[in-house]
Formats: sequence, C-alpha cells, structure tokens
Amino acid sequence: MTIEDVRKVILNILADIAPDEDISSIDDNTKLRDQIDLDSMDFLDIVMELRKRFNIEVPEKDYEHLATMAGCVSYLTPLLKDRQLAS
Amino acid sequence: MRYDTIIIGAGLSGLAAGIRLAMFDKKVCIVEKHSEIGGLNSFYVRKNRTFDVGLHAMTNFTPKGVRSSPLGKLLKQLRFSHDDFRLCQQDMSEIRFPEKSLKFTNDFEFFRQEVAETFPDQIDGFNKLVEKILSFDELNLDDADCLSSRPVLESYISNPVLIDMLFCPLMYYGNAREGDMDFYQFVIMFKSIFVEGFSKPQGGMPYILNLLAEKFEHLGGELRMGNGIKTINAKQETVCSVTLENEEELETTAVLSSMGYVETLNRCQPELAEAGACETGQVSFMESLFVVDQKPRDLGYDKSIVFFSTQSRFDYKVPGDLIDISSGVLCCSNNFQYPQPPEEGLIRLTNLAHFGKWDGLPRKDYIAAKKECRAQALDALFTFFPDFRDNVVFLDSFTPKTIKKYTGHINGAVYGSPQKIKNGKTPVKNLYICGTDQGFLGIIGATLSGISMANLHLLQ
Repeated sequence: MTIEDVRKVILNILADIAPDEDISSIDDNTKLRDQIDLDSMDFLDIVMELRKRFNIEVPEKDYEHLATMAGCVSYLTPLLKDRQLAS
Repeated sequence: MRYDTIIIGAGLSGLAAGIRLAMFDKKVCIVEKHSEIGGLNSFYVRKNRTFDVGLHAMTNFTPKGVRSSPLGKLLKQLRFSHDDFRLCQQDMSEIRFPEKSLKFTNDFEFFRQEVAETFPDQIDGFNKLVEKILSFDELNLDDADCLSSRPVLESYISNPVLIDMLFCPLMYYGNAREGDMDFYQFVIMFKSIFVEGFSKPQGGMPYILNLLAEKFEHLGGELRMGNGIKTINAKQETVCSVTLENEEELETTAVLSSMGYVETLNRCQPELAEAGACETGQVSFMESLFVVDQKPRDLGYDKSIVFFSTQSRFDYKVPGDLIDISSGVLCCSNNFQYPQPPEEGLIRLTNLAHFGKWDGLPRKDYIAAKKECRAQALDALFTFFPDFRDNVVFLDSFTPKTIKKYTGHINGAVYGSPQKIKNGKTPVKNLYICGTDQGFLGIIGATLSGISMANLHLLQ
C-alpha cells in the first residue's frame, strides 16, 4: 500500500463510522476530533476497524498517533506497506 | 459451538449491544422470550391497528449535524444517518397544574421564557439551576455518591409548585424512585426533555425496532425469538453457558442481560446470595389508548404531550389503590410534525398504578377493574380537558400486570430498580447487565446503555 492508499483506508473507515460527516475536506494536520467531532468512542471504532480489516492491533499507548490524518498515515504506512488496498 | 456473547432480551439495549458486537465480528446471539422484539418499548396489534407501548415520544431530540448529544452519539455508534430514524418533532407540550401551566417545545429558550413569565420571582434561581445542570457530568459511570434532587432544587427554587412542575415530566418519563429522584437522573431527564426535546419516528416503534433488528441480522447476528432464559450457568464464578426454557444449552464466553439486575441474578446457577438483598422497582403504570374519530386537535387537544396534576402538589409514588388519577400523562400522537398526518386520531392516557393490586385480582374482576379505572381516569382528565368519550371508536388498556407478563420485569416496574448498576457489573465474572437497571433510561438512553456496556466490557 502506498501513502495515498493508507490515507484512503482511513477515509473509508471515517466514512463508515461517521456517515453524516463531510470527510472530503479533511485537513491532514488538524486534529480529526476538531474537524469531524470524534469522541473517545469513535477512536475505539477506528482501532476496531483496523483490527477487523487488517488484523492490526493498535495498543492504547499509540492512540495519540491517530489524532491527525498525517499522524494516522505515518503510523500505519509501515504496518500496511505489504498489504493490498482491497484487502 | 461457543458464542462470544449471548445477549438476553431483544429490546433497544440488547439490539444496540448486538449491533456493536456483530459489527466487529463477534459471534453473538440475542435470546428473546417474547414473540415480538422491543421489550419495554414495543408494540402490539389489535383489530388491524398497531399500537406502540412505552413510546409516547422519543426524548433527546437534536437536529441532524449535532454529534455530541446522546442521539448523535447513538447514531454514530450504530452507524445510522439521522435521516434513517425518520424523526418528526413535537409541536408543543405542556405541564398543567391547577392555575399554572408551563409550555415547552424543542427550543429550550421558549421554556425558560415560560418559567420567567409564570414564576417571575423564581427565574434567577431557575437560571442558576440550569447552569448547574448543564455543567454536571451525568454520564460518569464510576460516580457512586447518591445525591438527591429535591434538596438541590430547593436550594435554587423556593416555590414548591414550580419544583413539582419540573419534577412531573421528568419523573413520569424516567424515575424508578418514589418521591425523589437521584440528581444525575434528574440531569439526564432534564436535558433529554427540556434542553433537547421530543420527536416521534415516522412508523413508530415497529419502524425503529425493525431498523435495529435488520442491521443486527445483516451484520451476522443471530436472533432467537420466543425462547426465554431458564438459567445462567457459571463455573468457578465465571459465566459459561445459558439454558433456555426449552432446555437447550448455549455455551458462551460472556452474557449481557437486559432483563433487569435482580431478574438476572435470580436465574444464576449456582444460586447467588446477593439476589435476595437487592431493591426491586415498584413504579408502574396503567395506560389507556383511545382511537378517536376526529383529529385530537379538533377535539381541543392541541398539545403533543401534557403532563398534568389535578392537585397543586404532585406526588410521584405507587398509589394505595389500583391507580392514581390525580396526575397523569396525556399523549396525542397526531400532534407531531409528520410529513403525512396519521389516518386516525389517537389519544393515550397514562397513570401511576400499583402492580400488587392488579396482580391480586381474579380474572373477572381484573377486566371489570380495567374498565372502572379507565372511567375514573377519564373523569379526572375531563375536569381539565374537553370530553371526547363520544368520539371514541376503539379503546384498549394495559396495566402493570400486562407489563410484567410481556417484559418479565418484576412488579411491571417500567423504570426498573431505583438502585442502578452504572458500571453494569454483577458478582459473576463475564456476566454484565444493560438496559433499564444499568441507568440510562428512555429509548435513547436504553440504546446508549447497550452500546456503552458492549464497548466497556465486551469489545476491548
């Protein structure tokens, strides 16, 4: 998966967990919670979706890396580099 | 085969928890005793008409786009769009006492103005109370101290009638305790009714319940209807299986029960000493439904919901007799902003009732008492409101006994035990409770209860 693919993975997850949100204009360097009103329950969902879709476990101490889109991409790209977007 | 979780009860909390678990590929089965889904918020059919039970209105209305509210959280967690719920807002509701009336809508400032006009000398205190309510963290699951509402209210408001008028809707819509209310419950109810407000889903309870049940099954969840739980079995104080009424045993890693705390403990094998020591709920209701041949509005009923007391002081307690006709809730289902108005007029009247008195009646007397109590309740209502008796084309009533029969809740206690188990834990490992006895009430509250207990205990 490329960096672009990883970004797309996150967007797909966000689209699923927040169906009423406009996610097309997300700024990569602003906190996700400030842009689309995510709370701690939603972050749990992001982590659960990563587990479900890619079998990736994100330990609680690493949740902070998921605060922004840029953070998500840099944290997840090494973990997903050998995977296909379609998986 | 072994389940990850067996959920007891296909009411709103059970269905919501089921959706959360199935969404993340847990092997989950909901076991429901009744042949219909819904539990305390269900529906029934008589003479080709479908009636909701439980639902007068949904509390906690917030518009599309508000995410931090209970409704917004619920929609996100279950992955529904606001439009999926097809919510139609109320017109206007009212709290009516002798000589005093407070109206409210889904705009809180309207209510604040009503209080200011009706109780001008109390508005400063009321505003301070509102500040306290808005800054209170009522959703803290760990908070163990029991603060009562009445002393808090009395410290801000000196007129007892205003205090009773505020209590009336909040108690009727979600208080398991007689006479007073835990303050965190007061805050939950105040926000859900006055600050947020009422709506009804187009299509009523069957629509909402089917929406949840379909999503649950679509995600791979299993729903077993018409088969209750006989025992919840534990080994080494950890849950291991449940035995159904047909003697079938289902193995499971965890059980999430919405049948009530004591009701759950009573079914544990080996037996639990704790079961006998728990407080059970007593508060229940009689409700009558009247299909009328005109729009309620044309009969002089223009409010969505009216909470009334025929006495200047309102007493929320289990009556000494079959029912208490001195206060009640009147719901006109037609007076919500539906895209297409309902075909028939429907008026519902709810009064406090005593389970034991109803349960003790022989069958013949029970039928007669229903008729008699309904007539008494109408007589009391018509001291305040126009008479619609000549316009009734169909009527039906249910009592605490009916509620017990279909939901299994001890005493037909609609709001469960006064003692809530906020963290959902029981003495048995991997056995948790959700729903009415966990502490979030109402349709939105029950649904959030299922979600939060699934998240807290069964997903991480």
